[in-house]
Amino acid sequence: MQGMKKLGVGAVGLFLSLSARADFTWNFPEPVTPMALDTLHVHNKFMLITAVIFVAVLAIMIYSIVTHRQSKGYKPVADKAPSTAVEIFWTLIPFAILLLIDFVIMGIPAYHSVVMMEDTRDQSTMVIKITGSQWRWQYEYLDGDAKGIKFVSNLATTNGQMHNEEDKGEHYLLEVDNPLVLPVGEKVRILMTASDVLHNWWVPQFGSSRVAVPGFIRETWVQVEKAGVYRGQCKELCGKGHGYMPVVVNAVSKEEFAQWANKKQDEQKAASDVKEMTKDALMVQGKVVYEKNCAVCHQVTGAGLPPAFPALTGSKIATGAIFGSDGKYQKDSHLDRVLNGKGVMPAWKATLNDTEIAAVITYERNALGNTAAVDAIVQPAQVKAARE
Amino acid sequence: MSTTTVAHHDEHHDHPTGIMRWLTTTNHKDIGTMYLTFSLVMFLVGGSMILGIRAELFKPGLQLMNPEFFNQLIGVHALIMIFAALMPAATGFANWMLPLQIGAPDMALPRLNNWGFWILPPSAILLTLPFTLALFGVGDGALATGWTFYPPLSVQGGIGVDFAIFAVHLLGISSVLGSINIIVTIYNMRAPGMTLMKMPMFAWGWLITAFLLIATIPVLAGAVTMLLTDRHFGTHFFDAAGGGDPIMFQHLFWFFGHPEVYILLLPVWGFIPQILQTFSRKPMYGYKAQVYSLWAIGALAVVVWAHHFFTAGMPVPALLYFMYSTMAISLPLAVLFYCWIRTMWKGSMSFETPMLFTVGWIILFGIGGLTGLVLADVAADAQYHNSYFVVAHFHYTLFAGGIMGIMAGVYYWLPKMTGHMYNEKLGKLHFWLTAISFNVTFIPQFFVGLAGMPRRIPDYALQFAEFNMISTVGAFVLGLSQLLFVYIIISCVKGGQKATDRVWEGAQGLEWTLSSPPPYHSFTEQPVVK
Ligand code: HEM
Ligand SMILES: [Cu+2]
Repeated sequence: MQGMKKLGVGAVGLFLSLSARADFTWNFPEPVTPMALDTLHVHNKFMLITAVIFVAVLAIMIYSIVTHRQSKGYKPVADKAPSTAVEIFWTLIPFAILLLIDFVIMGIPAYHSVVMMEDTRDQSTMVIKITGSQWRWQYEYLDGDAKGIKFVSNLATTNGQMHNEEDKGEHYLLEVDNPLVLPVGEKVRILMTASDVLHNWWVPQFGSSRVAVPGFIRETWVQVEKAGVYRGQCKELCGKGHGYMPVVVNAVSKEEFAQWANKKQDEQKAASDVKEMTKDALMVQGKVVYEKNCAVCHQVTGAGLPPAFPALTGSKIATGAIFGSDGKYQKDSHLDRVLNGKGVMPAWKATLNDTEIAAVITYERNALGNTAAVDAIVQPAQVKAARE
Repeated sequence: MSTTTVAHHDEHHDHPTGIMRWLTTTNHKDIGTMYLTFSLVMFLVGGSMILGIRAELFKPGLQLMNPEFFNQLIGVHALIMIFAALMPAATGFANWMLPLQIGAPDMALPRLNNWGFWILPPSAILLTLPFTLALFGVGDGALATGWTFYPPLSVQGGIGVDFAIFAVHLLGISSVLGSINIIVTIYNMRAPGMTLMKMPMFAWGWLITAFLLIATIPVLAGAVTMLLTDRHFGTHFFDAAGGGDPIMFQHLFWFFGHPEVYILLLPVWGFIPQILQTFSRKPMYGYKAQVYSLWAIGALAVVVWAHHFFTAGMPVPALLYFMYSTMAISLPLAVLFYCWIRTMWKGSMSFETPMLFTVGWIILFGIGGLTGLVLADVAADAQYHNSYFVVAHFHYTLFAGGIMGIMAGVYYWLPKMTGHMYNEKLGKLHFWLTAISFNVTFIPQFFVGLAGMPRRIPDYALQFAEFNMISTVGAFVLGLSQLLFVYIIISCVKGGQKATDRVWEGAQGLEWTLSSPPPYHSFTEQPVVK
C-alpha cells in the first residue's frame, strides 16, 4: 500500500487525482473466513516454492550466459555420453525431487484445502440461497432467525459516477442498496443458482467463489470470523452488466443479526399486504423501481438500445391493453412481459413484489413519454391475481 | 548435392508470376509466406483491438466505449490472436521449414495445402465483419461472450455469435487440413536415412500438435454446432429447462481448449532447441528426453481439461484428479527446461536477435509455467479464477511463450527465407522494447488479480487504478514496438546484406545446406542422412 502510493505519486501527476481509494493489497486481501485463511496459506507457500525454483534456475542460466559466451573466447564443451548408471541417477533424483514438491509439499495441503472447501454441511447452522440474475443478486434466508427474508441487491453507484460526471465515492462500483447480512461466527451453507446466465458469487476476503448455474444448485459455505463490511464482484462474464454486479456482505454479531432479521421480516410482511394505492403513490415508487431495475437496458428515458433492447416510449406493449373483457391479463401484454419476461428480458415475478410490479407498470405507462388511455393504472391486487 | 544444379533446374521450370503466383500457388514456401503474412496482419488487428480495451481501462469510469462493445473487443481479440495469429504462424513455419528440414521437395499434399490457406481469409472476415459493421451502426456487433462461447450467454447473443461459430468451423477445417498434410509429409517424405528418432525437433513438435488438432478440433466443432442448434433450432443441449446442462458445454469446449494451449506451444518447443543449439554452438542436449517429454505433455494435455472451471462445481474426487493431473504436467515440462538450459551450459554462446528472443522466451515462459502450476491448486484457484491473475498468467504463456517464440523463429529463419540479413541493431532494439514493455504490461495484472480485480470488466474499483494505468502504458509501448518488427521484416524482404547459405555459424540441419533463399523446388535431389 505504501509502496503503491509512492509509485503512484511518483510516476505521473494523474495519479494524484485518484485520492479516494480503499486499501490496495499486493496479495490476497486480508482473509476473514477459515477458507480464505487456508487459501492464503496455500497460495503463499506455493508462490514461495515456485519463486525459489525460478530464482535458482534463473541464476544458473545467468551464470552460464555471463561466462560461457563466444565473445569471451569460451569454447563449447561437448556433452560426453554419460554411463548408464550416472544417467539413471541424474534422471531419478530430479524426478524424485519434483514428485516430492508437486505431490507431497504442494499436493498434501492442497488435498486438505479441497476437502475443507467442499464440506458445506458439517457444522453449518444456517442455509441461504443466492440467485444470480442479469445483473443483480437475490438473497433468500431458508431457515433460522431470518427464515423467509428475501430481497434483491443492486449496484448503488450512480450513472453519473460511472460516466465521470460526478466524483467517484470511496466504494465506487462496490456498493449496493441491500447488502447480504450474515451473523459472525456461524457456518452458513450457501445454495447457489442463477435465473438466466452463469454468474459467480465472489468475495475475495471469504475465499469462496462459486458459479451460479441456471437450473442447477451449487453449494459453498462461508463462516465470517470478524464483523465488518466485505465487498466483491460477479466473476463470470454475464453480459453487459457484468462489471456492475457487486456483492456486499455485512457481517454483524448474532444479536444484531436477530434484530435485523426481525425488522426485515416485519417490513416484508407490511409490504406484502396488498393495499389499494393512488396513482401518485404508484408513480413515485414506480420511478424508483424503474431506475433501479429496468433502466440498465431500457435507459432512464425509455429510449432503449435497439435492436437488442426495445424502446418503451411509444411501445405497443407499454401503451396497449393489459386486461381482457374477462378482467384477466392477456398474453403478451405489459403485465405478462414484466411477470414472465421473454428472451433477454428477465422474468420479474420472483424478484419484485406485487406492489413493485404494479408501480413500475403504472410508471412506464404514464411516464417515459407514454400516456396510456386503457389500463393506465395497475393495482397490486391485480398483480397478485395475475400470479395465480 | 550441389545447390547450383538445383537453382539451374529452377530456371527451366516456369510458374505463374505476379498476383497469380500467390493466388494459385501450391508451393510450400509461397504458402508458408502467405500464412506468415496473414498471421502478422491479424496479430496487428488483434493487437489494436486490445489497445482499445487498455485505453478504456486506463482509468476508472467509462470513457471510450460502452460495456457491450468492450465485451466484443475482448472476445474477438482472443479469437484472432489464437486462431488467426498464433496458429497460422506455426503453420506458416511448418510449410516453409518442414520440407527443408526433412529433405523433401514440397509438402505431400500441395493442393490441400493451398485450400487450407484460402479458408483462412474468409473466416477472418467472418470474425471481424459484424464488429466492423457495428462501428458504422449496422447490426448488434460481434460475439460478446469472450472467446469461450459459454452458454447461456452465447444463446442470448446476437448474430455475431453465429458469425463466430462459422468462423471457428472454417478455422477448424483449415487446421485439420494442415495437420493431415503435416502428418503425411512427415511420415512419407523424409530423406533416406532420416529415421523418426533422427528427425529435427521441430518436426516432432508439429507431429504431436497435428495429432492433437485432429483429436480435438472436431469436439470444438461439435460443441459450437450444438450451440448453434440451441440458438436456432430449439434443441436444449445446454439448457436446463429442456434437460441440458450449461456446464456440459464447458467440458466439451475445454476438451478442445486445453490441448489448444499446447497446440500453440508445441511447434515453438520444437524450434527453440534448434535455435539454442545454433547459438550455443553445441548439439542440443537430451534429444530423446525432449521427444518423450513432448509426447508426455501432448498426452497429459487431453486429460486435464476441467481445471478451467473448478469453481463451476464438481465432485471432490474429480477436483482432486484434475488438480493432480495438472500438476503432473510440470514433470515433463521441467525436463524440457532442463534440456534447454543444459544445451546452453558450457556452450559458446553469442546473442544475435534470435538468441535474445529465445533466452527471453525461456525466462518469461518459465513465469507462465510456474504460475500455471500454482493455478492447478483447486482451493487457491477459487481466488485466481477469472481474475486478472489468470489474464497475466496466460499472456506469459501465449504472448511470451507463443508470440515471442515465433519472433525468435522469424529472426532465425528470415535470412534463409529472404536471402538477406535483417538489421541486427533494430532487431535487438525490438527485442528489448518487447521484453520490457511486455513485463510492464502484465506484471501489474498479477497484482490487481490477487487483490481481487475480476477479468472481463469494463470498469473497476478505485484501488486498482494505479496498476491499470501502468499496464496500459506498457501495452501501448508493446503495441507500437511491433511496428518496428514490421519495418524490420519489410526492409529485410526488400534488400540488405546478402545472407550466406548457412547464415549462422553454428546452424545445424538440412535447411542450411540450400541456398538463401532456397530454390523454388526445394530438394530436387533427395539428400541422404547418415
Ligand atoms: C499487445 C499484446 C496484448 C495485450 C496488451 C493483451 C491484453 C489483453 C487484455 C487486456 C485482455 C482482456 C482481459 C480481460 O478483461 O479478461 C486480453 C484477453 C485475452 N488475450 Fe490478450 N493481449 C495481448 C496479446 C495476446 C496474444 C498474443 C494472445 C494469444 C495468442 C492473447 C490472448 C488473449 C486471450 C485468450 C484473452 C481472453 C479473452 C477472453 O476473456 O475471452 N492476447 N488480452
Ligand atoms: Cu454476473
